[in-house]
Order: sequence, then structure tokens, then C-alpha cells
Amino acid sequence: MTVSHNLDGAALDLELKGLIADVLGLDPEQAQALGPDSGLFGHLPELDSMAVAGLLTEMEDRLGIVIEDDDVDGEMLETYGALRAFAEAKLGGC
Amino acid sequence: MISTWNPPAPDGDMAGEELLVAFDRGRDLRLLICPAWFDEANKLRRFTLEVMRRLDRAGVDCLLPDLPGCNESLAPLERQTLEGWRAAMTAAAEALRATHVLAIRAGALVAPPALPGWHYAAQSGPKLLRGMIRARTIAAREAGLAETSEALMAEGRAQGLTLGGWTIGPAMFAALEMAEPALAPGQSDLAQSAIGGPGLWLRAEPGEDAAQADRLAGRIVQSLAGAPA
Repeated sequence: MTVSHNLDGAALDLELKGLIADVLGLDPEQAQALGPDSGLFGHLPELDSMAVAGLLTEMEDRLGIVIEDDDVDGEMLETYGALRAFAEAKLGGC
Repeated sequence: MISTWNPPAPDGDMAGEELLVAFDRGRDLRLLICPAWFDEANKLRRFTLEVMRRLDRAGVDCLLPDLPGCNESLAPLERQTLEGWRAAMTAAAEALRATHVLAIRAGALVAPPALPGWHYAAQSGPKLLRGMIRARTIAAREAGLAETSEALMAEGRAQGLTLGGWTIGPAMFAALEMAEPALAPGQSDLAQSAIGGPGLWLRAEPGEDAAQADRLAGRIVQSLAGAPA
């Protein structure tokens, strides 16, 4: 797994979109079209709790962060923008 | 293609019968497949069979037994243990006269150490549990229930736990907390990065990827032919 601690905004975007593409089976172009308001958990029927758990565990591996129970709430998973902000905050806190 | 084999009964009772998917043409090279576990087993089932079809065409017999307690097995899942699954895979290797093993994801935890072969994208017990526990806490939160990972881990150790619909007994649970895949002599890792593309276990829905199946089967055939893996 790639562990990258010094991700700038664009690199983080690339990692996160790549990860969501892997989970949802999207083409890279489709994943690139994700915007801050693109809905995730609760908006995409295939993104159930098992898939979200996989996504978060993979995020830990690829970004080198640890995600605690308390970090995970509906808001953080609701949109792409919220997930990205969460990842940014976690990386900033490392 | 569907065949049966008889694992030894743990308590000395009459052995049960387990099913397996086999491309068995009595050839010299006979590959035992230790499948991925639980939810990943579903997501990777089609991929696993696609790899087996390619290996069959390349002249390799492929043998995919069910883990006891899974799929059509009559054994109760909640009574399965890590040691039991190891013994079952070793017994399958012997009964089916396997010459090599391909272990997929957590299948690496139960790969018979006597067989040379490959661990594809091996998964550790703690990571497997972490993902499943997390899925349960997220689902619980959605349902308005407060469940913490810590409390679930304690419950799992004490009395077992149902995660993603899979009933994991306390002995299996405790063993998984410590279980790391270990390469036996003659076995090597095949990481997802060596195959390329996203791991299919990550997919929200079961999928397939012909190019990945080509590459995984190709690596094995190449390695069997004597080229470095």
C-alpha cells in the first residue's frame, strides 16, 4: 500500500477519487467528475455500510491515517466534499 | 465440475462431506485454492473462478473447496475455528492431491504450509476484523444504536459476534485478532500492485475484471514454468 503523508490538495483529491472509483467500480473520468456536493453514503445504494467500512479501511492504508469510531458520522460520509475535508483534517493533525 | 471431498470430523464422528469446484483432469499440476473469507468471498468468487478457468486452459488442475461452514457446507459456521479451517485446507490438499496452493486474501491464513504457491493480496486477521466491525458500527449508527468497536471486540472474544451476517464464534474471533499470514518455504506474495488495477474485494458490489484474471493466472503459469514470480 502507498502511504503518503505529504499530500497536497491535488494529490489528496487524486487518491480519494481513485479510492472511490475502486469501491464503486467507476471509470477514472467518472470519478474525476465528483464535486464537493456529490452525494455518497445515503445517496448511492451500492455504498452500504460494508462498502463504506472498506473505503475507510483503505483510506487508512493509503493515506497513513487512523480513523476512530467517533470520527465516523453521517455528515462526514454524506458528500465527497465532507469526506475530503475529513481526510484533510486527519492529515493535518498527523 | 462440482465434486465432493471428505474432511476429517473434528470430534472423531463420521466425516462430513464438503463440496468443491474442480477443474480436475488428472494432470500433474494441481492447484488448491484457499478462497477469500466472508463478504470478500462473495465479492471475489467470480474472479476466483475466472482465474481457475484460465489456469485450466493453461493445463493446471484447479481445486476450490468450500471452507467448512461456508457456502453449501453442512457444518455450522459459528463452530468453526482458525485451527479447524487450517486442518480442513491441509486435509483438502491431501485428499485432492494438490501440488501447489493459491491463497486469496484471508485464505492466506489457512494455506497449507507444506505446499509451494502464492498468497494473492494476503489479508491479516486484525484487518479483516477491523473492516467488519467498522461496517457493523456504521450500520448500527444508521439504525440509531450506539455500538463501539471496543465493546464489540470484547463481546466477540467472550461469546462470538455476527458481523455482516457471518456468525463468528469466540475461538475464531480471538484467533483472528492475532492471525498474520505467513509464507511457508516455496510460497511467495503476489501483491495487488503486481497484478494492477483495483482489488475487486474493494468493490461495493461483486464485480469482475478479465484483465486482472489474465494477469494473475499468467503470473502463476509463468512461475510454474520456472520463471521467477
